Amino acid sequence: MTRPQEIDTAALRARYPGVFDRPASARLAMPAMIVAAFAIVVYGLVDLDFSPARLFAGLSQLGWISLMMIPPDPGSSLPIYLKALGETLSIAVLGTTLAAVFALPVSLLAARNVVPSKLLRFPVRRLLDSIRGVDTLIWALVWINVVGLGPFAGVLAIAVSDFGAFGKLFSEAIEGADQKQVEGIRASGGSALHEIRFGLLPQVLPVIAGQVLYFIESNTRSATIIGIVGAGGIGLQLAEQIRVLEWQKVSFLILMILVAVAAIDFVSGKLRFAIIGRRPVA
Amino acid sequence: MTIAVSILPEQQLAVLNAAYRQAVARRRLRLLFGFVVFAAALLLAAVGAEVNLPTLFAHFGNFVSYFDRILTLDDGQRVWTDVGEWLWGWHKWLRMLGETVLISYVGTLIGATFAFGLNFFAAENTSPAPWLRFLVRRLLEFARTVPGIVFALIFVIAFGLGPMAGVLAIAIHSTGALGKLFSEIVENADMKPVEGVRSTGASWLSCMRFAILPQVTAGYASYALLRFEINVREASVMGFVGAGGIGQELVVAIRKFYYSDVSAILLTIIVTVFIIDISTGWLRGRLFGREART
Repeated sequence: MTRPQEIDTAALRARYPGVFDRPASARLAMPAMIVAAFAIVVYGLVDLDFSPARLFAGLSQLGWISLMMIPPDPGSSLPIYLKALGETLSIAVLGTTLAAVFALPVSLLAARNVVPSKLLRFPVRRLLDSIRGVDTLIWALVWINVVGLGPFAGVLAIAVSDFGAFGKLFSEAIEGADQKQVEGIRASGGSALHEIRFGLLPQVLPVIAGQVLYFIESNTRSATIIGIVGAGGIGLQLAEQIRVLEWQKVSFLILMILVAVAAIDFVSGKLRFAIIGRRPVA
Repeated sequence: MTIAVSILPEQQLAVLNAAYRQAVARRRLRLLFGFVVFAAALLLAAVGAEVNLPTLFAHFGNFVSYFDRILTLDDGQRVWTDVGEWLWGWHKWLRMLGETVLISYVGTLIGATFAFGLNFFAAENTSPAPWLRFLVRRLLEFARTVPGIVFALIFVIAFGLGPMAGVLAIAIHSTGALGKLFSEIVENADMKPVEGVRSTGASWLSCMRFAILPQVTAGYASYALLRFEINVREASVMGFVGAGGIGQELVVAIRKFYYSDVSAILLTIIVTVFIIDISTGWLRGRLFGREART
């Protein structure tokens, strides 16, 4: 049996001064940062017209609204809502696919290992960045000006904003690809196009497919909101019902969105697994 | 040394060739099948989304000329020939942009605080009780799945027009998103320190504070910064529904066809997003760099 040794704190203290007596600057840095961060929040709360009175009034209002949402009830408009939900899913699938199709060639231009010239790559990257900097809702407003109100504007809005995101993600996937296979194609006399087709694409396509599926998932969410500015889908119904304060219908629509998103999550999760799982075989 | 390439006898080769062709054919068939299903889904979606290609082609010129129009001043000059005239409202826009950034900052930090409070209950390895974990997870899922702007729409009615609704909407959405990410970090944390702390008789709270927290703070900060970036973008459209920020100005400019204003406001938004992206990227790099050294 060994007994726990007497701990000689003084000796430990003498041996490891760095652990026991950290300088005040090191001890205070973290709390100081946290205090500073929350000080800005307090300033922000004041600047943005927060007041306890408003907060409590709003919360009690919110409580009433939540009570009025129960039970969720579509009234007689269930068929319309189902159609709108279908529209939303269509917008997500179509918009994402369009974006992926257009983004693939552009992403090649933005990849370091395909286009070594920085001069050519730089403008492409900045263009993609700018497109990503603009929210989907803004694109929806622009497209409504062009093709009019309706889901088609939504498809184009999602296609454009995802184009920016895909361009970046795809080019990163391409840059991460193994160069040895490309060199192999070159060694056997393949042209630049052959290098891309047989050296790069087989490596990156599964990654890209996974990303596209993931975006279809997240775009189902985006597609639910672009209706708020008039670009079709279930968001249009939702915004309308909120404006006329039909809370039971609102809660029903929110439930529909939750269920649809969960279903898409499930399906695309399975599909993604199938694609990634098949990868070593292909 | 020479390497002899052996050529198989004709018969053996034929068998191998046939097997290879069969394998390839099966794979091609499967690919083709997947492709057909996908194409059918697309077609269905096209019908559902009322895709109208003639409209697109007829009006595609509009899309291109829209950019031409937003880059033209009222007097027919290109915007960059008279920057003062183009950015005439910079004073107001900068104030609105400041408000936008502030909305996202306050929203992110409030959201991060709530997520921080909840994530230990949501993580599989630290949750004190399964029912609590289930409850917190569903709550976070709800906050994450309902889009921020839908919360904003409802909050505008409950709290009145103004940035308060935007802040709360962003805070709730961030709570959901960050809560999930935070709890994933906690799930990946090393549990040995927890055992060590617990063996000294410490409470659950002390276990979290002294065993888990030191492992996860860098990850938390990194995700919160990333969320801040995303929230700046989101806050820029909160004004569409009256929840404060630059979106209000933008939607007015777009709807009333103040073309050069649209491009000016878009430019300021894009520049702001760039600046935020770059500075948070730099901050994240520093944070992780320091963390790696200690």
